[in-house]
This record gives sequence, C-alpha cells and structure tokens, in this order.
Amino acid sequence: MELHGWGRYPRVNAEVLEPINSEALQKILAGKESKQFCIPRGAGRSYGDSALAEKVVSSRFLDSFIAVDEANTLIRCGAGVTLDNILKVCIPKGWFLPVLPGTKFVTIGGAIAADIHGKNHHCDGSFCDYVQELTLASASGEVLRCSRSNNSNLFHATCGGMGLTGIIIDATVSLENVPSVLINRQSLPASDLKQCFELIEEYNDKKYSVAWVDCLSTGKSLGRSVLHIGEHAEEGVSSYRNRRGLSIPFSTPSFLLNNFTMRMFNSALYNLHKKGGETYTANYDGYFFPLDYIRNWNRLYGLRGFLQYQFVLPGDSALGGLLEILKQVSRAGMGSSLAVLKKFGEGNKNLLSFPQEGYTLALDFKREKQLFPLLDELDAVIIDYGGRHYLAKDARMSEATFKAGYPEWEQFQKIKERVDPSNVFSSLQSRRIGLT
Amino acid sequence: MKVLIIGATSAIAKATARLYADRQAELFLIGRNEERLGELLTDLKVRGTNQIGHQVLDVTRQKEHIAAIQQAYDFLVHVDVALICHGSLSDQETCEQDYEMAEKEITINGLSVISLLTLLAKKMKHQRHGSLAVITSVAGDRGRQPNFVYGAAKSMVSTYLQGLRGRLHPFNVHVVDIRPGLVDSPMTSHLEKGPLWASPELVAKKIVNGIDNKRHTIYTPGYWRIIMAAVRFIPEILFKRMNF
Repeated sequence: MELHGWGRYPRVNAEVLEPINSEALQKILAGKESKQFCIPRGAGRSYGDSALAEKVVSSRFLDSFIAVDEANTLIRCGAGVTLDNILKVCIPKGWFLPVLPGTKFVTIGGAIAADIHGKNHHCDGSFCDYVQELTLASASGEVLRCSRSNNSNLFHATCGGMGLTGIIIDATVSLENVPSVLINRQSLPASDLKQCFELIEEYNDKKYSVAWVDCLSTGKSLGRSVLHIGEHAEEGVSSYRNRRGLSIPFSTPSFLLNNFTMRMFNSALYNLHKKGGETYTANYDGYFFPLDYIRNWNRLYGLRGFLQYQFVLPGDSALGGLLEILKQVSRAGMGSSLAVLKKFGEGNKNLLSFPQEGYTLALDFKREKQLFPLLDELDAVIIDYGGRHYLAKDARMSEATFKAGYPEWEQFQKIKERVDPSNVFSSLQSRRIGLT
Repeated sequence: MKVLIIGATSAIAKATARLYADRQAELFLIGRNEERLGELLTDLKVRGTNQIGHQVLDVTRQKEHIAAIQQAYDFLVHVDVALICHGSLSDQETCEQDYEMAEKEITINGLSVISLLTLLAKKMKHQRHGSLAVITSVAGDRGRQPNFVYGAAKSMVSTYLQGLRGRLHPFNVHVVDIRPGLVDSPMTSHLEKGPLWASPELVAKKIVNGIDNKRHTIYTPGYWRIIMAAVRFIPEILFKRMNF
C-alpha cells in the first residue's frame, strides 16, 4: 500500500507487516529474505522518509500495557502505545509524561527512535532520558533487553537511532508526579529576534518555554515573535481530556496557503498577543497539542505535501545564524507558515539524538520546486555554524550534511554492524544519508 | 456494569473491551489463546478495570460451552452485556473443494454462536435484563462469490438473532446484530486495503454506542447500510454474473 510520512512527501509503495505480539514479530524476522530491507514504523508521525522502506513493520498491534509500578512511577508498555494512551492512564494517578512533543499521537517506539523533545528540554532533557529499559528484537530475531546498565551501547544507539538497530517491542518509561495538569501560561511579545532571545534567557527557569516566530516579517521586525512560557498550576482538577476537534476530510488545494494568507495569519497571531503579559490557566491538552485539535491538518498543504525543516545551532553564535537563515528565507519569498523557536539544554549520550545545547528552529514549507535549492543553501549555513538537522523531520538532506552534523555516526555504524551485519533495518532516509 | 466478551482477543473485541475498561466495567473474557488472554487482562487492568476474570475456550468444542458460560456467571453473578466476537475468515476456494473446511468454517462462525446464544438467552431470560450483542457481517446480507461460506454462516446467525430478539423482548433482554464492513485487523492482514476499510477502534466505538442506545442492527461504519442496500437491490439476473 502507499505510505508516506506526516509531511506526505515522499510516498512509496510498501508492504506493511503488522505483528500481533513479539512471537509473531520474531517469526517475521526469522523468515525474512535477507536482501529485503525493512524499517519499524509507529504512528507515521515523522515528517519525511525515516519510517519508509519497501517493507515496513508496524507496531500498530503492539499496543498493550504490560505493567505499572506505582511505587516508582514507572509504566511498561508495547511500542505501539501512544502518548495519548499513556496520559489517559497516568493523569488519574497524578502522573504526567516528563516530555511531550507537539502531538500526543506519537507512539512510544517512535518517541524513542527519534528521542523526541518538548517545550521543557532546557530543564528536563529529552524523552529517552526517561526510558529505563527497552526490549529490542534484533535482526536475527533475538530479543534483547537494553538499559543503561545492560547492553548499554545498544541502548544508546537505539535511543534516537531511528529504528535502525532493531524493532522496539516494549519499553519502561518513568513518569513524573505533578500537582496538576493545568498549566499557568503567559505569552510575551518580542518585536524582533534579539529581544526574543533576551526573553528566553530571562525566563529560563520556567519549565515550559517555546517561541513562535513570524518569519514573513522583514526589515526591522525580522523575527518578531511571541514567547509562550508555562508551568504546572499548584492545584486544580487533574483529569484526562480529549477534545473532539475538527478534521480536514481531504487535501485542500495548496494555493490556499500562500504568501498572503500566511502573512494574514502570522500578523493576526502576533497582534493577538501584542499586549501580552497576562497569565492564565489552560488545560494541558490545548497547551501542549494545539494542532491535534485539527485532525489531519497536514492535508491543508495539498496533495504535494510539505517539508518540515528543523535544526539546532550551538548557543553562542545561534542568534547570528538564525538571523542569516531568516533573511535567506524571507529573501527567497518562500513563506513558512509556522516557525517555532526553542532553547535546548545539554544533549545526552545517545549517538544520534538530535538535541544539543543551543537554539532550535522548526520551519514548514509547502513543497515546491524552488524550495529544494533554498534548503540546500540553508544546510550550508547550518553546518558553518556547527549545527545539525532533526532526522525525524528530514526528507532531503545530503549524506555530507548529515555526517557533518552528527560526528558520532561512525560509532553508531559500528554498533549497527555488530547487531545487524546484513543491514536488514534500513529506511529511505538511512540509505540517502549513507548510514546503511 | 458487567460485561462478558467471547472471542476476546480478536481486534474488535480488544478495542471494545478497552472502551468498557475506560468505564471501569467488570469484565469476563473468554478466548482461545491463554497467553494472549493473559496479555489482554494485564492491559485492561492498567486501563482501569478492577474486576476481571477469564476462561480459555475453543468454541469448536461445543461440550465445553456450558462450563465456560457458568464460569462467567459465577464470576460476574449477572451480565449486563454479553458480546460474541469470535470468528474466522478462511479461504472460499478451499471451502468449496473440501467440505470439512466448509463445515469447520460454519461451525466457528455459525453453529458455535448459536450454541452460546442458547445458553446466554436462558440465563438472560432468567435475570430479566441485559443486552446480547453478536458480531455478524455485511457478508451475510447477500451471498457473494468470494465469500459465501463465511456469508452463509453469518446470515444464519443474523436470522437467528431476528427471531431471538422477539423471544427475549418480553423479558427485557435486548438483542443487537452488529454488521461490520471491512475491518483492518489481523484477521484481514493478508488483504489489500482501500478507502472503505475501517479501524477496529472505530468499529468498537460504534458497537458500544449501539449497545448503549439499544439499536437492533448496526452497520459499522454506517455507510455499509447504504452499500448493502444497493447490493441487495441488484437483480439476480445481473448479480449472478458479478464477481465481487
């Protein structure tokens, strides 16, 4: 069947296998024809081609909870369990996921493979920092338990390893106790990027912090933005919520998202928060997952799909680099409808994890021909500044760009060669960037 | 709320059981594979069920039905919802070549269901309340070339349910016939999927809604009611030449 990532580009015809438990999965791996590549896939929420291959092993039916450890706030569940499923179970207990991305519909397996981050990375690190243990089916069909003390090399390669070391069957994740799932939030406007950086530093002690940047504004107000900060409320009713939102039933013509409509949208958003400053209490669902309210929002970009472009630049020089990139984007007249800026704290020991100390910016672009040369130019700037790209969002970067951004790729490949000598696990992405 | 589910490890049953677990219902699960039942049990406990029991049963062993249903009643005392979900989708061609295969198919999808319904109807009549829900199929609406053995077994159950509904009506027992269309589950993993396919989770939602609202026949997703009405409407003279 035809498969694609969340960006709906590229598309491939793939055979999808859906094992119902680990025995079925082992059978698939034992019976594989050696030359056939496969890649594990969760909810299909990575944007580009990292979960695409001729053969895809879906974790859809590996969606059971396995155990709860009340004393240590641990939960063990199958790779196909989504963050939403976990929130439903843990919120009534007063627990919360320590790292939440922009959507609750990702699976645990995917969250580990991409070592996802959230609005609190500068305080709390990334998702895999809370993974205690995982069960991995390796290329030979052997089932391995990996943790920081057991098979630790494989653990650090699998966390952030984009599914290339094997198929995650289940994982044990530690949750945090929170006083409430209500969030006290505040929105602070910044008239340009420099001021935004100052605000981010000023509010560095707030648990959640993320800025939305209007990258269509030019000249003096280049990079005008709104910083959203938040912290858990001290008290309040903790209950799970699943808003019933809108759904985009089919692909809308992509010309609806043009320079004009996006400018309108960005200006409206900025003016809404221009006065800003007020603190109000919001439910976690609307705070963390505003886009989940519109199911299938990716269809708004039309049949051609879109590309997400996310990178991180190391701390000291980040402001200069970001300004340069925003200038190039606005000069090319290639509007990104939504741009998100966030400060990262220190990175971790996982070999291919994306977060490293600095600032990350995520842009999304409608897919059009002129886009690709622009992104190549941006790549060069990012490498110059010592940055790197997020693999879960990438659909097009070159091998050289990847290897320059992730110097630990060689170490990763050594471990992969040991557990998967014939390169059974391989995606369109891993082949493009020269990892498999 | 007390719910009995037979064929509990099927994808639709699993998704339905999870919806009942969200409501903190008391559950009793009957299924063929002990290990998979065990996995489901743990999963449902984490999701919110406190009281949950189970029994292993191969539905082709009709003699064991009585004991299994009794086990369920011993555990739950009375049953608010009994849902029969088990089924098998074997190859039509093989069934046409080999009567034993056809008989097995009809036993699993038809006769075993009627045996279980006989036992459950008696119990429910006695307790004077409850809902009996059975998953049949749109395949039972008209015999079609690619799956008429499966369809015949399912339509036997649908016809049986129509009569049973009237029989149990004076006793305040409600009967629901659930007819899913194409469901993207492990049972159909070998088939090519298209736009008409629905997820087990969606089907489960419709089932729970239908039982809550005391519907008689549920097509899920709803558009199958229209599709099957159209299929039934095709004159036989044309239909016999159609292979779909």
